[in-house]
Amino acid sequence: MTDTVSTFPAATRPIYWTVRRELWENRSIYLAPAIVGLLEVLGIVISALRFPDHVQIDGELSGDRAQAVLGAIYGALGMPVVVTALIVAAFYCLDTLYSERRDRSILFWKSLPVSDTVTVLGKALIPFVILPVVTFAVISITQIVTLSVSALILKFYGLSAPVLSTVPFATITLTLAYALAAMALWYAPLYGWLFLVSAFARRKTILWALLPPLGVCVVEKFAFDTDHFYHLLGDRFLGFLGAAFNVENPERFQFSLDRMTPLDLVSAGGLWGGLAVAALFFFGAIQLRRYRGPV
Amino acid sequence: MACIEARGLRKSFGGTVAIDGIDLSVEEGRIVGLIGANGAGKSTTLNAILGLTPFEGELKVLGLNPWTQRDQLMREVCFIADVAVLPRWMKVSQAIDYVAGIHPRFERSRAEAALAKTSIKLSSKIRELSKGMVTQLHLALVMAIDAKLLVLDEPTLGLDILFRKKFYDTLLNDYFDHNRTIIVTTHQVEEIQHVLTDLMFIDHGKIVLESSVEALEVRFTEVMVASAQAPTARLLKPIHERQVFGRSLMLFDGVEREKLEGLGDIRTPNIADLFVALIGGETPPAAGETGVAA
Repeated sequence: MTDTVSTFPAATRPIYWTVRRELWENRSIYLAPAIVGLLEVLGIVISALRFPDHVQIDGELSGDRAQAVLGAIYGALGMPVVVTALIVAAFYCLDTLYSERRDRSILFWKSLPVSDTVTVLGKALIPFVILPVVTFAVISITQIVTLSVSALILKFYGLSAPVLSTVPFATITLTLAYALAAMALWYAPLYGWLFLVSAFARRKTILWALLPPLGVCVVEKFAFDTDHFYHLLGDRFLGFLGAAFNVENPERFQFSLDRMTPLDLVSAGGLWGGLAVAALFFFGAIQLRRYRGPV
Repeated sequence: MACIEARGLRKSFGGTVAIDGIDLSVEEGRIVGLIGANGAGKSTTLNAILGLTPFEGELKVLGLNPWTQRDQLMREVCFIADVAVLPRWMKVSQAIDYVAGIHPRFERSRAEAALAKTSIKLSSKIRELSKGMVTQLHLALVMAIDAKLLVLDEPTLGLDILFRKKFYDTLLNDYFDHNRTIIVTTHQVEEIQHVLTDLMFIDHGKIVLESSVEALEVRFTEVMVASAQAPTARLLKPIHERQVFGRSLMLFDGVEREKLEGLGDIRTPNIADLFVALIGGETPPAAGETGVAA
């Protein structure tokens, strides 16, 4: 067989190709956030054309005020994209190990030399890495395009516009990247749970995802008249903000490096507890995929 | 080293025993037909061989444990189940790119050459292809992999006879050589009779017959006996008898041909008749016309 050895590639890249395959199958991963960004640009352009004086910023734009205004603008621009990406992530996680069983393609994937561990971890890169990177790129591009286009329009009407050089791009970019990373880590057990349900359920994945947590809340309430699990869930959805940022005076939020509290984040019990639970869930999903065939 | 070696292979689902202590050994370079009725344990056996299901007992495929070493095993094993397992959302070109990206023994040029002989376009989505074309695509992908074992589970189910014939012709002429082993299950057992080197009958989770085709042809004889001769013939203890046009078609196991020659026309039984005789079940309407449950 020595003659054939050289014609085969020495190494294969199963993780890389797993991710590419997921992007082929689930184009919403990049299309949905991109479309939301595009709609934002479109909306702001229309608004600037119709009511240029509403977009105008009066007087000197500097210091704290500039920060506050820009913070509001970027918060408003970023939020819809982030929410879209989270919805895409949730549906992706819930569907990914289920749809391959439903359409029987799991028999094809399992006929190839890719282990269940590599497959599941490759798929997990979508919510943990690919979607945050897509979100980051879409928001950054949307910000720059929106700012440039609205500045041009305002100039055309002879109105004052924020000067691009006064925008603290470096700080904004860093804050955004940090927030997305913190969010991905904080949401790990949620993604893990959806993967587990996706590998487990024979039908109605969404019910399996929602009803057991609800059941725990109900049982706890009736049995002990407490709602710890409910609060635990609430903290899982929004707790990363308090851990990753100093959120005093949220109405005067500024983009400044002092607002980020990475040391608080990495010392938060909620982060590590969540990651431990996520590890269990992903381990369970890998084991289930070994045993499960087509539904 | 045998390609597949099983000892005391068992598998049960809840209280139902699907495989009941199978011993088997498949040598390299054979084409083995695994024949059994629905629910006899064929698919479970294949699933165990492919690492799709855990099992009890001992099973080694190419020296590996399929359940714990599936990803390693799949470098040398290919598998085609019935037609509908290729992901329907994929483009043909993506399927080739993907397999080329993850399979160390895949040779892209061979797959592309095989596809060039068909009417399949690289830019087509798999959902747009006909059943026959999907099978051609899967076969093109598999034949471009330098594998040692190919497992075919009802690969031609639902295809018309032209596609079925072409499928096996391609497999034999362009793929099979004596370093490779093929295991196939199919309902159209007569169509592949000439292809097989070995036969395994499986019934109620047990192997009831494991033999090479040559040995079978020596061991079993079918005789068309005129009614006058029938009582004499019955003394030789046929294992199966049925009536065809007023004569008795009897199947003998291990009776020398010389003893049978005076009784009527002698012929080699086909697999379907043999299956019916050994496993029971309904008599096929006419020999070789319809598939016996395989």
